[in-house]
Formats: sequence, structure tokens, C-alpha cells
Amino acid sequence: MSAVVVFIDQTEVSTSPGHPVLSKSSQELLTLARLAGEPVAAVAGEASDELAAALGGAGVSRVFASSQDELTGYLVAPKADFVAQVATAAGAAAVLVGNNFEGKEIAARVGIALNAGVISDAVGLTVADGAITVQKSVLAGSYTVEASATSAVSVISVKSNSVDAEPAAVPATAAVEQFTAEFAPASLGAKIIERTPKPASGRPDLSDARIVVAGGRGVDGNFGPVEELADVLGAAIGASRAATDAGWIEHSAQVGQTGKTVAPQLYISVGISGAIQQKAGMQTSKVIVAVNKDAESPVFEIADFGIVGDLFDVLPQATAEIKRRRG
Amino acid sequence: MENTALNIAVLVKYVPDAQFDRHLTGAGNTLERAESILSELDEYAIEAALALSEARGGEAAGNKVTAITMGPASAVAAVKKALQIGATEGVHLSDEALAGSDAAATSLALAAVVRHLGGVDLVLTGMASTDGETSLVPAQLAARLGLPQITFASSLEVDSSGEAHVATARRDGDIYAETIQATLPAVVSVTDQANSPRYPNFKGIMAAKKKTVTALTLAEIGVEPASVGHEGSLTVVKAAEAREHRPAGTIITDSGDAGIQLVDFLAAQKLL
Ligand SMILES: Cc1cc2nc3c(=O)[nH]c(=O)nc-3n(C[C@H](O)[C@H](O)[C@H](O)COP(=O)(O)OP(=O)(O)OC[C@H]3O[C@@H](n4cnc5c(N)ncnc54)[C@H](O)[C@@H]3O)c2cc1C
Repeated sequence: MSAVVVFIDQTEVSTSPGHPVLSKSSQELLTLARLAGEPVAAVAGEASDELAAALGGAGVSRVFASSQDELTGYLVAPKADFVAQVATAAGAAAVLVGNNFEGKEIAARVGIALNAGVISDAVGLTVADGAITVQKSVLAGSYTVEASATSAVSVISVKSNSVDAEPAAVPATAAVEQFTAEFAPASLGAKIIERTPKPASGRPDLSDARIVVAGGRGVDGNFGPVEELADVLGAAIGASRAATDAGWIEHSAQVGQTGKTVAPQLYISVGISGAIQQKAGMQTSKVIVAVNKDAESPVFEIADFGIVGDLFDVLPQATAEIKRRRG
Repeated sequence: MENTALNIAVLVKYVPDAQFDRHLTGAGNTLERAESILSELDEYAIEAALALSEARGGEAAGNKVTAITMGPASAVAAVKKALQIGATEGVHLSDEALAGSDAAATSLALAAVVRHLGGVDLVLTGMASTDGETSLVPAQLAARLGLPQITFASSLEVDSSGEAHVATARRDGDIYAETIQATLPAVVSVTDQANSPRYPNFKGIMAAKKKTVTALTLAEIGVEPASVGHEGSLTVVKAAEAREHRPAGTIITDSGDAGIQLVDFLAAQKLL
């Protein structure tokens, strides 16, 4: 079985409470990697015993790890060099990375380094006769296409929530090898001169949350009702660009074309009109609920359950009702 | 530096307007060229280029902002729009052989254009195209040109007081906000947080008529036709299916108990 290298970034670990040592999206990548071949982990940062144990549980027996300073001292390129070189060392037929901004860029550069086709925004993959076919959603989620790489190696960035993360049927013992990557001078051209951690929200990560409650211009500067509903549901908080531009909430909460693409089990859209750029980031959610006081809002076209009403009435009532039912 | 002028190349793309329905067609499942516009996200790159140029005296002081596009004959409209907004000149790479290029082939061709122009200090791009949406090209372009890559910049400044032009940018990640520095030449992609793009005004529209757009073919930039287009691409789209329209949902008007009904709905969906 050919090796499938999965990039695992331990240099950027979520500070969310209860965050597992192996992130949910990494577990999803490993689940897919097992489908496509023998999973091999390329770990940037420290491969702790705890991580190695988690990787073993995900069926990984070979781990290549590097804590070289360049990986965190420069933007993207060194991580891509590392992943490409691990892929070569492991004789990989495929490389899987996450689909966040950095993941896509790593995929892009690994593609150049290995002269390999890159497929981003994957939502699933199938393997027949050793060849990988990737399902990806395009045109703001309005089409699903099947694509594949024609090169020896396939490089794929996979969206969160594309597969249910599962442990390996047969766990492995992960042997960690320290790997020393070589960096081209041009890879060390964009230096990170300052890095400020973002304050932890105490809520699930937006990208892989099961439930998202998102607020827009309609919240009028007050995310309180959105936060309270999110907290009783254990949800992450999202926002429209109007809300992030107004400075009511962090830019990292933005959902849409220029923010995050999310596909949770449940997306509750609150005081958001549903512009095409907003829909681009959320319309593949399983269930969509919309609360908006304008019955003509386009968001109702994609809502499974829509409430024409004032969010300041509807949300507090729903929050109180959930609390009441739970006693 | 004595001469602080910058030679900036801005990559712009002509894309189907997302306000209308977009369709995939043909054997290669390529995007139907419908009602098209300059990709909105490229407006931020043009604005970033113009702001840098103006801050150092604009065209009169030797600053150059070249808008480059690659695509069929109609794609020149993206360059023309960039010229109306304020770019100083345009370049249009057009060749039958380019049709169906994936990110690898696109970045190969665009890298060749940048090399062909020569002397470019800064290659600016949008954060993604609004049709392909992959964000792969800027990173691949940087890799192919062997230049530093600063991508998803939410701010960009260039300091020319030292021996070289030094770019400083901010990048907002989920876990960190980072400040990044690179000596030019470099490839920089900017987000929609970087600035507020200007619209072309009447003066700009008139002035654009006098600006030159250089047409280039693959032969002129030394690119083998087989290395781009369907043939040179490293990925194929084998099938495409329109996502089913979401079935119409239940829409209610709040008459005092909508919050309760919402909870009933969530409970019925087993989402509580
Ligand atoms: C290049 C580009 C990129 C973009 N990227 C994104 C992106 O990634 N994500 C994104 O979201 N947008 C993006 N946009 C912006 C997008 O076009 C819309 O402008 C934006 O989504 C609107 O946000 P909104 O729905 O919150 O505000 P509005 O459109 O103003 O809608 C507010 C809604 O709130 C409702 N409302 C008001 N008060 C109440 C109340 N008390 N109770 C209930 N409902 C109420 C109103 O009826 C209205 O429908 C982008 C735009 C451009 C040009």
C-alpha cells in the first residue's frame, strides 16, 4: 500500500478548551488517508508521546517530525518544503493537508516542489485501483465536481467536516523519526517578525464546530443574544462581513467568501441578509435556520427553518426554552 | 534608496459575475463564460498598488503599475477596468493553448509573463479568484519565481529608506496575528481587509483610453503550449454536478412564540 502523507501542524495549536492533542480536522485527514493508503504523519513542531499515541490510534506507524526554527520563523514556504521532502522520503502517492488558508498554500507549494496536481476544497475522496478521485465543491458550493491529479502524486487540501473522524480498526505503534528539512534561500524570504496570540474565546473552533450561530448587521452592535444561544448549544460564533467590518466581533469569526467556509450540522443565521458572499461560506451546512425581520431576505431561500421576526425577541426566548427543557 | 519608485505588477482575472447563476460545461467541465467582470478581490490588489505608487509620487516619479491578465480575447476587459481605476499600463496574455489551465499551468504562464516584463519589484494579487476560489496561484507563483511569498496580507507597507525596498504586512490567522517582512522583489496577495478599493471616475475612464495594453502570446514569453492548458495541467475535472437546490424550508412569522417553535424544530432534528 502506498504512503499517504498527512501534514499535522503542532506549531499552531488551538487554545480552545478541551481541544484534543490531535485536532479534529487532523483526525479527519487521517481517516481519509487510511482509505487511500498507509497514513504517514509529517509533524511540524513537537511530536510528544501523547501525540504519538494519538497518531498510533489513528493507524499511523511512521511519523516524521521537525521542530526546526524556520518552520515558525518564516511564512508558509518552510512548512511546504518540509512536507514535500517528507513526501519524497516516504515515497508518498498522496499528500493531505487541511483547507485553511495556510493549508491550501502549503498544498500549492508542495504541488510545485513535487510537480504534482493540487486539488483544494475537497469534501471527500474515493479510491479505485489505487487511483484517488476527489470530490470538491466549487462555485460557492453550487456544484460538486470529481477531480483527480494526473501526476504521480496527488496533493489534496480537505475541508473540515468532510468525513466522520474515526480511530483505526487496528491501532499502530507510531515510531517518531526526527526529520531535517532543507530550505531553499527563497523559502526564507518572508520573515515573521511579530506574532501575537489571539485571545481564546472559550468556544469551539468555528472551522470544525458542529453548530454555528452567526450574527450580522441586524445584531446592531450587540452580540449578547447570539453568544447566549451559542453557549447553550455549545456552538461556535460566526458573523457576516458587515458585523466584522463594524468591529463588533473579531475578523476571524467572518463566514463567507473572504472568511471561513463552514459546513456544520446546524448553522443559525441571525440578522444576516444572505448575500452571495455570505452564502458562499455556509450554504453546504446540513441544517440552516434563519432569523431575520425582513421576509424578503435572500437567506430564507436556503433556510430549512426560517423565522420572520426580531432577533432580540426570538433568540432570548429560544435560549430560555432550551435551558428550561434541560431543567 | 535614492530612487524609491516601484515597478508593480498586479494580476487581475476576468471572471463570471457571481451575482448570476454560474455553470460548468463541456468535456473539461470548465466554467461557462457568462456575464463577466474584473474579479472583485483583485480590486484590493489594484488599490494596494495604487496606494503604494501614489505615496511615492505616482507615475511622475517613475512608479509603474502594470495590470496583467491571462485569458481569452474578452478578458482584456479586466485589464481595461484596472487601467480606468488607475493602473499605468496593461498586459494581456492570450493563446488558444491556455484554455483549461489549472493552477499549476496558470502559475507557470503568469510567472513567465513576470519574467518577460523584467525588473518587477512587487507582484500583487487578490486573495483568491472569485471563480476558482482556490487561492493556489499566488503561492505557486512565488514558488515558481523563487520570490518571498507574503499572502493574505490584511495590510501592506513598503519602506524604501534603507538599501532595498522592504515590505511589511499583517496576516490574521486563527490563532495568531502575524507581522511579516520581506525584501522586495516579492509576491504579495492582499485580502479584502487591506483597503477600500476606489471606483473608476470619469477622469480615469478617459485617461485609460490613452494607455497601452500589450498583447502577448505564449511564443513571445517562451512558454511551450504543451506545458499549459488542458495538456499542461496536472489535474482533471472528470464530472460535475449542480448541487441540488435546498428543498424549500418552513418559514414562520413570529407571533410571540417563534423562539419556542425554533427549539421544537431543533429537538425534532435531534440537534439539541
Ligand atoms: C469582495 C467581497 C467579499 C465579501 N465577503 C464576505 C464574506 O466573506 N462574508 C460576508 O458575510 N459578507 C461578505 N461580503 C459582504 C456581503 O456582500 C454583504 O454586504 C454582507 O454579507 C452583509 O452583511 P449582513 O447580512 O450582516 O448585513 P445586511 O445585508 O445589512 O443585512 C442585515 C440583515 O439584518 C436584518 N435585521 C436587522 N435588524 C434585525 C433584527 N432586529 N432582527 C432580525 N433581523 C434583523 C435585516 O432585515 C437584514 O436582512 C463581501 C463583499 C465583497 C464585495
